[in-house]
Amino acid sequence: MSSEYLVEIRDLTYAYGERPVLQNIEMAIPRGKVVAIMGISGSGKTTILRLIGGVLRAQRGEVLFDGVRVDPHDRARLYRLRRRMGMLFQFGALFTDLSVFDNVAFQIREHSELPESMVRDLVLMKLHAVGLRAAQAAMPGELSGGMARRVALARAIALDPTLIMYDEPFTGLDPIALGVIANLVRTLNDALGATSIVVTHDVEEALEVVDYVYYLSEGRIVAQGTPEEMRANVDPLVRQFVYGQADGPVSQQYPSRPIAEELGV
Amino acid sequence: MQRTTLDLWVGLFVMAGVAALVILALKVGNMGSFSAPESYTVYAEFDNIGGLKARAPVKSAGVVVGRVTGIEFDTQSYKARVRMELEKRYPFSKDTAASVLTSGLLGEQYVGLETGADSAMLKDQDKLTLTQSAVVLEKLIGQFLYSKAAEGGGKNEAAPK
Amino acid sequence: MMFGRDALSVRGLGANSIDALWRLGYATRFFGLTLSHSGTCGRRPRLVVREVYYTGVLSLVIILVSGLFVGMVLGFQGYQTLTTYGSESALGVLVALSLVRELGPVVSALLFASRAGSAITAEIGLMKATEQLAAMEMMAVDPIARVIAPRYWAGVISMPLLAAMFSAMGVFGGYLVGVVLIGVDEGTFWSQMQAAVDVREDVFNGVIKSVVFGIAISWIAVFEGYDAPPTAEGVSGATTRTVVTSSLVVLGLDFIMTAFMFRGM
Repeated sequence: MSSEYLVEIRDLTYAYGERPVLQNIEMAIPRGKVVAIMGISGSGKTTILRLIGGVLRAQRGEVLFDGVRVDPHDRARLYRLRRRMGMLFQFGALFTDLSVFDNVAFQIREHSELPESMVRDLVLMKLHAVGLRAAQAAMPGELSGGMARRVALARAIALDPTLIMYDEPFTGLDPIALGVIANLVRTLNDALGATSIVVTHDVEEALEVVDYVYYLSEGRIVAQGTPEEMRANVDPLVRQFVYGQADGPVSQQYPSRPIAEELGV
Repeated sequence: MQRTTLDLWVGLFVMAGVAALVILALKVGNMGSFSAPESYTVYAEFDNIGGLKARAPVKSAGVVVGRVTGIEFDTQSYKARVRMELEKRYPFSKDTAASVLTSGLLGEQYVGLETGADSAMLKDQDKLTLTQSAVVLEKLIGQFLYSKAAEGGGKNEAAPK
Repeated sequence: MMFGRDALSVRGLGANSIDALWRLGYATRFFGLTLSHSGTCGRRPRLVVREVYYTGVLSLVIILVSGLFVGMVLGFQGYQTLTTYGSESALGVLVALSLVRELGPVVSALLFASRAGSAITAEIGLMKATEQLAAMEMMAVDPIARVIAPRYWAGVISMPLLAAMFSAMGVFGGYLVGVVLIGVDEGTFWSQMQAAVDVREDVFNGVIKSVVFGIAISWIAVFEGYDAPPTAEGVSGATTRTVVTSSLVVLGLDFIMTAFMFRGM
C-alpha cells in the first residue's frame, strides 16, 4: 500500500513496573525483507515482538502495522491485524492436546468456514513446506525439538501472514536442525512474499539469512545495518557480541559489590 | 476420529446423571410439594397443637388426604390456627372433626379428620369447628397422678366413717 | 529479611491480607470476563462437550465407587445407632436424607475438586507456561473464550450430574447393606424413605447446592490455572491451591446454604 515499510515503530518506550525495558525505539521494517533484532539476553528483544503483536501496551510511542496503529484496547481491530501476523514462539508452543495436523489446522478452522477437505489440502501444503507432511498424525510430545519448531512454523504460516515473527527460533537446536530452520526463514519469507522479524542471539545463523540487523543493548538500539556492516562494525559493544568475546564492555558479572568485600578479605 | 466415541461417552454421562436425578425424585423422594394435586384450603383452631409442624400430613382413616401448610398463633382467640390443604378429590362434610394425633407413642404428629353427618361439604377457606387438641404427655401424667392422689385421699377420708 | 520476628509476622499478616483482597478482586474480574466471553461456547457446544468428557466422564469411576461405599457405611452405622432406639425401620430415611441433603453434594464436590479441578488448573497452567495461551492470543483466538470458558461451563454442568449419581449410588449402597445384608424389611425401607424425603425440600435443595459448588470449584480451578506463575513450582502450587481453596469454599458455602435452606425444618 502506501508506505514501503510494513512495520514502523516510533519513539517507543516500555517499562515493566519501574524497570525500563525499552527506550526510544525507532524501527522501520521494509516489506519483503528479513530483519533481525539482536542483543544479549534481557535486552528487550522479545518485548518488541510482543508490542508489535499488541500483547503489551507501550507507555509512550506507537507501533504501526501496515499503516494501522496497533492498539491493545481496540480488541476487534487488533484481532483483525493479528490474523495477518504469524508468530513462532521460542519453544514452538504447540497445543499439546492436538495432533500435528490439528495444530496447523487450528487457525484455519477458527477463522474460516472452509470445508474439511480444503482445510486438509491447506494443512498438507503447509506441512509439506516445512518438510513434515509425514508427521501429520503425530502428537507434539512425540516430536524432536527441531521438528516441533518446524510444525510451529507451519502453524504460524497457516493463514499466509504478511508478517512472520520469530522469537528465538534457533535456541536449543542441533546444528542441522538449526540450519534447516534458518533456511526456512529465508525461503518461506521469499515464497510467501511476506516480511519477517527474527529475534535472536545466534549471530552466525542470523547474519547468514537476514537483510538488516538492529542491535539492542539495555533497551536501546545501539547499532543497525546490513550483516556486512555489522561484521565490520568497530563499536566494542557490537564486536563483543558478533564475535562472542567473553571480555568487553558487557561484563558477565551481575552488578554487585567487589568479591573481595563480599568475602570479607 | 475419536470424536464420536467421546460424544457417546458424554451422552451416556449426561443420561446417567439425569437418570440419577429422576431416581432421586421418584424412587427416593415423594413429589409431595411439587405435583400438588388440586386442593382446597381449610382452617382449624386448636387449644394446643403439641408438636405439630408445618408439612405434617393430614390423614383420614389412616390415608393421607392433605398437608398442614401453615401454623399461626391467633391473638384474638389465643388459639393455634392451623392451615391445611386437602386434595380436591377428598370432599369432607362441614361438621368434620379435626384432632392432633400422634403416630405411635413417640412418632410424628399429624392431623386426623373424622367426617360427620352433614350433607353440606367443606368449601375452600372454610373453618373446622370441631377440634380436639393434642394429647400432651406431661398433662396426661399430671392428671393421672392427680386422680390417683384424689382416689387415695378419698379412701383416707372414707376410712374413719 | 532483616526484620525482627514480630515485625515479620505483623507485616506478613498485613501484606497477606492485602494480597488476598487483590487476588479476590482479580478473580472476580476474571469471573466476569469468563462469563462475558462465553458466547463462543453457545455457538460451538462441541468445545464444552469435549471438556465434559474430561471433567465429568473421567470423574465417574471415583464418584460412583465413593458413593456406593459411603452409602454402605451409612447403612451399617445408621443401623447400629437406630437399633438402639428400636427404629431401624427409619434406616432408609437416614441414608437417603444424609445423602441427598449433605453427603451427596459435599463429598462429590470435594472429590470433584481433587479429581477434575486440579486437572483443569494443571492443564491451563501448563498451557500458559509453555506459551500455548500466548500463541493462541497471537493467532487472534481469544484464550478465555476458547480455553477457559468451555472448561468452566463443563465443570458447572458436570457437578450436579455427578452429585446426583453419587447420591443415587449411595442410596443403593445403603439398600445393599440395610436390606440385603442385615435384613431390614424392604417395603419399610423404601416407603419410610419416600414418605420422609421431599423432592423440593430435599432433592432440589441438594441439586442447588451441587450447582453452586460446581460454579465455585470451576471458577477457582480456571482462575488458579490462568493466574499460575509459568514455572514448574508455580503450576504445582496453583494445583494444590485449587484443591485446598475449593474444599474450604465448598464446606463454607455448604454451611451457609444449609443454614438458609433447612433452618425452618
